[in-house]
Amino acid sequence: MTNPFANLKPSRRHVLAAAAGGSALIGAPALLAGAAEAADPLTLLNVSYDPTRELYKEINAAYAAYWKSKTGQPITINQSHGGSGKQARSVIDGLQADVVTLALAADIDEIASRAKLLPANWQSRLPNNSTPYTSTIIFLVRKGNPWKIKDWPDLIKPGVGVITANPKTSGGARWSYLAAYAYGLKKGGEAYARDYITKLFKNVPVLDTGARGATTTFAQRRIGDVLLSWENEAYLTIDEFGPNFEIVYPSSSILAEPPVALVDKNVDRHKTRKLAEGYLNFLYSPIAQDIIGKHHFRPTNAQAAAKYASSFKQIPLVTVNDTFGGWTKAQATHFADGGVFDKIYKPS
Amino acid sequence: MSDLTSPMSLAGAGGARRPRLSRWREPSILPGFGLSIGVTLAYLGLIVVLPLIALAVRPWEIGLSGIWRTLTEDRVAAALELSFSLSAYAALVNAPRGVLIAWVLVRYEFPGRRLLDALVDLPFALPTAVAGIALTAIYAPNGPLGSLAAQVGIKTAYSPLGIFIALVFIGLPFVVRALEPVMQDLDREVEEAAQTLGASDLQRVAHVILPTLAPALISGVTMAFARAVGEYGSVVFIAGNMPLKTEIAPLLIVIKLEQYNYAAAAAVGLAMVVISFGALILINTVQLLLARRGRR
Repeated sequence: MTNPFANLKPSRRHVLAAAAGGSALIGAPALLAGAAEAADPLTLLNVSYDPTRELYKEINAAYAAYWKSKTGQPITINQSHGGSGKQARSVIDGLQADVVTLALAADIDEIASRAKLLPANWQSRLPNNSTPYTSTIIFLVRKGNPWKIKDWPDLIKPGVGVITANPKTSGGARWSYLAAYAYGLKKGGEAYARDYITKLFKNVPVLDTGARGATTTFAQRRIGDVLLSWENEAYLTIDEFGPNFEIVYPSSSILAEPPVALVDKNVDRHKTRKLAEGYLNFLYSPIAQDIIGKHHFRPTNAQAAAKYASSFKQIPLVTVNDTFGGWTKAQATHFADGGVFDKIYKPS
Repeated sequence: MSDLTSPMSLAGAGGARRPRLSRWREPSILPGFGLSIGVTLAYLGLIVVLPLIALAVRPWEIGLSGIWRTLTEDRVAAALELSFSLSAYAALVNAPRGVLIAWVLVRYEFPGRRLLDALVDLPFALPTAVAGIALTAIYAPNGPLGSLAAQVGIKTAYSPLGIFIALVFIGLPFVVRALEPVMQDLDREVEEAAQTLGASDLQRVAHVILPTLAPALISGVTMAFARAVGEYGSVVFIAGNMPLKTEIAPLLIVIKLEQYNYAAAAAVGLAMVVISFGALILINTVQLLLARRGRR
């Protein structure tokens, strides 16, 4: 269970603001938050998803140093991490995020459409569809790869235990699901893909609610034979547990594009627009792009991409837009109540 | 026991009834009834009733048919059944164990008794997530107990049995703590009187001790049940969360929320409140009957 406030250092403004968001009944804390704002040093809250914890820690320090050298102002950047959908819901319910950096565009779309905190065209405001880095889904297997898992067809062999999180609650698991489904589509069209994904989830013994939980189940509980994992999480697991695991690149996967966005209404309220815009632009800078590559995400900046090219295997990656007609459609078809994912578990 | 029950409860029903009027404004020598009942009602209203009203209002966004459709979804129905049945089993299993533990802690004096007494509270004090992770580590197929169970072909963690274990764990202190004060107050002279009148050990337990403990036991089991129904933190780690098999109702509420389906989440929540409330009323009625019998 990840608490969205877990990594939040207690800046007074944000604690109060979050309290106000949590207790919509009581108006007083919101007023207090406004009063405290003027006296506080500049702070920024980045609400992000699970696997970026270490990445943003380093980027935040770099940006704070950069801002100080430019303006002489000290700044504090707070970060909050959790499942992407849960984080989006917290922002909708009043968590005072200045910027959101989530696992998929659909979650930021929800913030735009439900709480109207940012315009609907948010994704066109920054380069590359507001995606400063990309990633993909790969396999993590146990040492020696006892089941000889090389590619997607191996996941539906009888007896293979596949670990992935619940796509309904985890952004990373949604990418995993779509990567598997895209393989099925390419191999044999819609009917084949449905059959394939059904067989795959029949091999899933435990459904965690988040990507980190699934990694724990696989790495520490030693459940299952293969983990469908964020590329960076797979490398992180290797860094952490060393030789117990091996990374396997399938023949194809999906281009995961975790987008970032400014939360307009919140930055205007906090008077942090300039700082927040600078922060998001900084993510595209050579310094940040280098940090991104170091943390096993795929940089979009050509120079950094070239530098880290050798650390990622280049495999064909399909996009959600080309294969699934965009996130809104993919969400409605596959993950909504009664969608394809629910049908997998229909007793037949 | 049945030979005793019928005449007693009949007599109890007639004898214990008091005039209706005296229920309202119990005469008391202490002043301040108006103020204290006012504070009580305002507080309960704010803390308990208001959120419940908010919960009860939300599902109607999708209408009665929408609520019905939500509650009859395969997954929702399965989760509700799983949550309530496992909670009931866990609470019932805790009843005899709770009596035994409370008995040992109250009636006997031995070194380490206080330590043992404090241990009982641990499931209360432990953050539920910590309990969940600890239980999972022990009962997972590679854990010390889980691997033993696996050898004889029993799946513990990631099965309904795992959920049951977690619910037994969190429910135990409720039963023990409800029983302890009553056991401490048990009049030894009554037991001794029974003995002098020739009652055997078994008769003393069955006719003297257990009837006195029954109301406290029932309320302890009820609290353990109520807590287990709503338990989330410790269960999600050990459950495996497979739809239709090991998905508990509180998790399904969280899943509905993750999909921004607030109304459906509230509908499941409301169903849980209604079922729990019904169970509590039923149990309270039983308790009341027992208490009346005891008073006579």
